[in-house]
Amino acid sequence: MTTALAVEAVGITKRFGPFTALGDVSLKVAPATVHALLGENGAGKSTLVKCLLGYYKADEGSFLIDGKEEVIARPADADRLGLGMVYQHFTLVPSMTVAENLVMSRADVPAVVDWGKERADLEKFMADMPFKVSLGAEVGTLAAGERQKTEILKQLYLQRRFLVLDEPTSVLTPQEADEMLSLVADLAHSGSITVAIITHKLKEVKKFADEVTVLRRGRYAGKGRTADLEPADMTAMMIGEPQAPASVERRGAAEAEERLLVTSLRTEGDAGRAGLDITKLAVHPREIVGIAGVSGNGQKELAEVLGGQRVPASGEIIVGGEGYTATRDEAQALSVRVLPEEPLRNGCVPRMSVSDNLNLRSFDRDAKGARKFWLNGSAMTDRARRMIAAYGVRAPSREVPIGVLSGGNVQRCVLARELDGEVKLLIVANPCFGLDVKAVAEVRARIVAARNAGAAVLLISEDLDEILELSDRIVVMHDGKIVYETPGAGADAQSIGAHMLGSH
Amino acid sequence: MSSVAQVGGQATSPAAAATDRFYPARRALETVAGPVAALLLAAIGFSIFLLLLGKSPTDFFALMWKGAFASTFSLENTLQRAAPLLLTALCVAVPAQLGLVIIGGEGAVVLGGLAAAVIALPLGGVWPPLVQILMAVAGAAAGAGWISITGLLRARRGLNETVVSLVMAYIGIALFNHLVEGPLRDPASLNKPSTYGIGDANMMGPIPGTELHPGLAVGVVACILCWVLISKTSLGFSMRVTGGNLRAAQLQGLPVQRLIILACLIGGGCAGLAGMIEVAAVHGRANASLIAGYGYAGILIAFLSRQNPLAIIPMSVLLGGIGAAGGLLQRRMDLPDATVQVLQGFIFVAILASETMQGRIAWFQPRAKG
Repeated sequence: MTTALAVEAVGITKRFGPFTALGDVSLKVAPATVHALLGENGAGKSTLVKCLLGYYKADEGSFLIDGKEEVIARPADADRLGLGMVYQHFTLVPSMTVAENLVMSRADVPAVVDWGKERADLEKFMADMPFKVSLGAEVGTLAAGERQKTEILKQLYLQRRFLVLDEPTSVLTPQEADEMLSLVADLAHSGSITVAIITHKLKEVKKFADEVTVLRRGRYAGKGRTADLEPADMTAMMIGEPQAPASVERRGAAEAEERLLVTSLRTEGDAGRAGLDITKLAVHPREIVGIAGVSGNGQKELAEVLGGQRVPASGEIIVGGEGYTATRDEAQALSVRVLPEEPLRNGCVPRMSVSDNLNLRSFDRDAKGARKFWLNGSAMTDRARRMIAAYGVRAPSREVPIGVLSGGNVQRCVLARELDGEVKLLIVANPCFGLDVKAVAEVRARIVAARNAGAAVLLISEDLDEILELSDRIVVMHDGKIVYETPGAGADAQSIGAHMLGSH
Repeated sequence: MSSVAQVGGQATSPAAAATDRFYPARRALETVAGPVAALLLAAIGFSIFLLLLGKSPTDFFALMWKGAFASTFSLENTLQRAAPLLLTALCVAVPAQLGLVIIGGEGAVVLGGLAAAVIALPLGGVWPPLVQILMAVAGAAAGAGWISITGLLRARRGLNETVVSLVMAYIGIALFNHLVEGPLRDPASLNKPSTYGIGDANMMGPIPGTELHPGLAVGVVACILCWVLISKTSLGFSMRVTGGNLRAAQLQGLPVQRLIILACLIGGGCAGLAGMIEVAAVHGRANASLIAGYGYAGILIAFLSRQNPLAIIPMSVLLGGIGAAGGLLQRRMDLPDATVQVLQGFIFVAILASETMQGRIAWFQPRAKG
């Protein structure tokens, strides 16, 4: 058993060129506690922990580990001291299995690995863990939530004594998140590990953290014991004044005739997981249907089939009364738009310019929607300029590659492109993953506005709060099947959660 | 929220988010500065190599200039060598827009040449320009068909196009040898098995006022057309989107498989045309002289040009010049004939290294004001 570390950062300043990301910030984490690091996007939370873990070199300030000043110049220094981090972006090798990833992450992997022994050790290790990941599964086939769990397991396996979790629950179900955070909290309180959680979910802070430090715009903004603080106090420290993002009201009732009708849809399963098996799924105009489910239960496959990234084995997709196979002409004619999860990876061409990316829907169409052969440079520029202004995209220039923009600005670009013009059917997958409070409110307001304007919206999300907030009707997926359906108004989160876990 | 770029983005207040007007110009400069710096570095590296051999770098480069560009004769020699390279480089650069690495242009060249030679045989007495047009069509079609097999296997079955195209090049050359040495052989060609000649009347004469054959003009026009296709049409845009992110292209409903096959048809057609021009303007018949490595040199040029069809024009001339000067260098400086290949190697490595510097030098990057 390891023993928890006390970690203290004193007066840390970090500059990137003329920009001060972090100015004279101090953080004190007592051993064997859970400490929340709270702040909006760009507040400097990640920068602070990256300095602590040796990924950045702080320009000023020092670190005390168990009261002793330590120089942390490289990630290896942090490793040696027993400091580890679970990243928001994943660090596993997709083509290797979970077991291989775990063993490979150790500093002392022998030249010849005795897999029989390693497997036995890993199974013993896994047996003590409250959440399981199949050791033999290839990481590339795991969904986001399962990868996140594997990342956490990896750090525990490496026997870290101080662990930073960067937005750990953004892809987990409420039950999983609660379970994982209580496990982490129990580990901390048993004295074997100290934990810092980077988050902007106040509920988690209140429920699982012992103390909290709040950052705002690269500066220290306050701290305290969570027992003494109300969520409103923390929000006030975070954004300057206590305010909850206003949600947009859903107006108008759904129409009777289906806009999207999926029947008998099946896909091949991969790597031991069941494929899709949907008997019937319908979405009506002016209706948001939320699909809830633990990640890896077919939501990703459904989004891929509807977006044309995966070919179903059988079944029928009907949009507005016509068969739909996700070709460009069909999407154009039927006004089908998609907001994919991880928009940079699924919906953008990172090395093409912001302007080009904003034109991906329309570069080959004239004003009437007919195909055209020649690109119209000035029309593309005008459209990009209009979208950038309307959606408040912050970019140094229209011509920069979209890959250099922040996550919030990439999502704004994709929203601008996909919600441009008339939208009859909108497929949305995890639209707010990794965005800050303000951006989340903005994205959700846009989705509801599209619904109010008459679009049928299929919202696939791993964030149950989001589904409860936005949906007119909620369906739950488990093992590739639809197992539960309930109206959004008055939906019971507990019974949805039970169906998500297949234990109803 | 965890990357430097995002932290930077956050620093830009709405008022200061005015666009960086000079960024497009600096970016254009960056794309030129990279290869130029790489050529200079390659020249320096190669000079050190020459010094180690005890030869004078200044003599070398002076002779190279003389052998490649200084006189009308040497310049024509250079351009003559550049002509087929323009077309074979397109066989790499056009599929590269979709992220494909096709290295089998050599097969398309030889089969294109063979098809052109064969189609001319029964057309004795037909109006020569018509024969030449038919030869061009046959050559381009043979090349396009050959490379599109690779495209089909890639698009429909997911096979690796690099390996397939290379293997297909060997098969194409073997098929060519079999036909030229067997069924299609002119019995009079004793030492060098060849097809029957296409006839002097059907040969393409030089561009008026020069000794240059029209292949150079064809190649330059093809490069310009491909550039227009890629950068000015919705078809080319679709190709670039597919090459940049396949998943995004699928989500936009782009016909990814058809685009792959189409790019292979265009690239293969260019390489086949290169073979036709070698037959119609230089050899007069199809024989082993067609297997001269033009397809492989095209790979080098396409990468040196960063897969930009317009940049293929100067790069082909540069490589043509290095080839043209080879003989002179060998005679005057007593250097082994592989020396120019060493120079090519230096250039290739330097250009590839310079690619990794794109986007790394702060001055060229977008700036937030204020």
